[in-house]
Amino acid sequence: MQEEIRLTQFAKHGGCAAKIGPDTLSRVLGRLPKFSDPDLIVGFETSDDAAVYKITDDVALIQTLDFFTPVVDDPYTFGQVAAANALSDVYAMGGEPKIALNIVCFPGDLDPDILGEILRGGADKVREAGAVLVGGHSIQDDVPKYGLSVAGLVHPDRVYKNFGCKKGDVLILTKQLGSGIINTAVKAQMASPEAEQEVIRVMTTLNRKAKETAADFTVHACTDVTGFGLLGHCSEMAEASKAVIEIGVEGIAFMQGAKEYAEMGLIPGGAYRNQEHVSGLLDAGNVDEVYVDLLSDPQTSGGLLFAVPEEEAEEMQRALARAELGTEVSVVGKVTGSGVDKPCIRLRDKVEMR
Amino acid sequence: MITVNAIGDICPIPVVKTKKALGELNGPGEIEVLVDNETAVKNVTKMAKSSGASAESEQLGEKQYRVLITVGEAAAQQVQSAKNSAAQPQGQDQQETAAGCRTCMGTVVAVGSDRMGEGSEELGRILIKSFIFALTQLDDLPDKILFYNGGAKLTVEGSESLEDLKTLEEQGVEIQTCGTCLDYYGIKDQLAIGGVTNMYSIVETLQNAMSVIRP
Repeated sequence: MQEEIRLTQFAKHGGCAAKIGPDTLSRVLGRLPKFSDPDLIVGFETSDDAAVYKITDDVALIQTLDFFTPVVDDPYTFGQVAAANALSDVYAMGGEPKIALNIVCFPGDLDPDILGEILRGGADKVREAGAVLVGGHSIQDDVPKYGLSVAGLVHPDRVYKNFGCKKGDVLILTKQLGSGIINTAVKAQMASPEAEQEVIRVMTTLNRKAKETAADFTVHACTDVTGFGLLGHCSEMAEASKAVIEIGVEGIAFMQGAKEYAEMGLIPGGAYRNQEHVSGLLDAGNVDEVYVDLLSDPQTSGGLLFAVPEEEAEEMQRALARAELGTEVSVVGKVTGSGVDKPCIRLRDKVEMR
Repeated sequence: MITVNAIGDICPIPVVKTKKALGELNGPGEIEVLVDNETAVKNVTKMAKSSGASAESEQLGEKQYRVLITVGEAAAQQVQSAKNSAAQPQGQDQQETAAGCRTCMGTVVAVGSDRMGEGSEELGRILIKSFIFALTQLDDLPDKILFYNGGAKLTVEGSESLEDLKTLEEQGVEIQTCGTCLDYYGIKDQLAIGGVTNMYSIVETLQNAMSVIRP
C-alpha cells in the first residue's frame, strides 16, 4: 500500500489553533513602539483584523496577512481553508479583497505536487473572492505553512471596526462554531464523517456573501471569529467598545458533534488559553461548563460577528438566510450596556431579545 | 491498574490513549494517565467523566502530571455499551454513534482472497490459514477483519479458518463479509461467522482505519 501523506501530522497545532495565545501576544505587542499617522484609520491598538489606511476621501486600503499550519490532510482543501481565512480579515473590515500574495513554507523533501495542490486551493478561493493572486514568497521549512497577504479596498466611512457596539445591539454570527474541536476529533479519528464534511464546508466558505449582505444594514461593529474563539473576539469587542455583552448559549449554532466531542475532552489547547485570557471579563453564570469550552474554541476561517441595532436585526437575519451562505447564521447574544467602566461578558442559557 | 504513559504526546493523543485504556479495562478498576501539560490533564479528565468514571489529578513535577481514573461498576457498563454501539456497522442514531466513536478504527485486516500471495494455489491456501491463526496470537488484536471476493469463502461452512475466526470474534474482533461476494459465489446461506457488509461500509472502514493489513 502506498504511504499516505497526512498533512496534519506535520503540525502540532492546526489552523488558527496555532495562533500564539492572546496573553503572550498582548504582552509582546505592548512593548512595540506606537505608530501614528493621520490617515491610519485602524491600527493594532484595538486588536482589529487588519490595518486600514485612508488614501483619498473615498478610498481606504485594507492590508492583512494570515497563514498557518495544516488543519486538514487534503492539500487542496488546506489551500482553500487558509485562503478563505486570510481573505476573511478584509471582509471583517467591510472591504473587498483586490490583491493577494502567497506565503509558503514547505519541506524540501516533500512531493512538490502537494504544494501545487495547496496553491491551487488558495488560488481558487482568491478567484472566487474576485481578487487577483500575483505571486508571493516561499521558503523551505520542516512544517508546511500556507496563507495570504491580502490588500483590499473600502470606503473610509464604511469601515467595520471591532468596536463601537451600542447598548441594545444584537450580535449575529454567520457561521456555526466548533471547528477547533471537530478538527481535534478528526485528528483523534473520533469524528463522524458527517462532522468532518461539515467542518470542511464551513472552513472553506468565504465570508463574502455575509459581508455583502450586511452592506444594506447598519453595522456598529464587526469582527471575524477566529483563533481567540467567540469569547476572545467578544471580549475584544467589549473592551474596545466599553460594553457589556450577554451571550445566550442555547441560541448559538454549533457544528454537529461539537458538544459531544468537547465533553469527551477533544479540546485544542488554544481553547484553554483563550479561557484564561477572558477569565477577568467573564461571568459564566450557571450555564453548562461545556459551553465555556465550545465558546472559547479557536475557529479556523470562522464567521463574521456583526453588532447591529435591535430594530434591524430580524431583517438582517432574513436577508442572510436569503443570501444562502451555506453556513448556519445564529444570534449569539446582545449588548446590554455601553460606555461602562467595567466591560464584561455574561453567559446565560437564553437572552431576552426584547 | 492500567498505566497510560502519554508524556510527550500532543493533543489529542492522550485522550485517544485514555479512551483505549477505558475500553481495555473491561470492568471496574483504575487507570493512571501520565501527561506533561495541563491541557492534557483537563482533556483526559473530561474523557473520564464523559465515560461516567471519576478522575483526580495531581502535579508530580515540572511538566509531569498524573490523572487517576476510577471506573466504578456503572461506568464500566457505560464504557462497554459504548464499545458495543461502536461495533455496529450502520448506526441508527448518528449522534450516538458519533459519541461512541464509530470511526476511530485502529487496525483493519482486509482479506480479498482465499489464498495468500501469488504462486502455488495450494500453498496460498495453507498460508492464509496460518495467517488467520497468527492473528489470534497477536497481543494487539485488529478491530475488524473484512472478507471480500474470494476471501468470502473463508467465513462460510467448511472453511478451515472458522475456529480461529471464532476465537477472534470472542475477543471482540469484528468479522464482516461482503454480501455481494457471498451472493456471487452462491454461498450466502452458508455464512458461518460474523456479519454481512456492503461496499459503502467497507470503504468507510478502510478510510477510517489507522492501519490496514492485506495478507
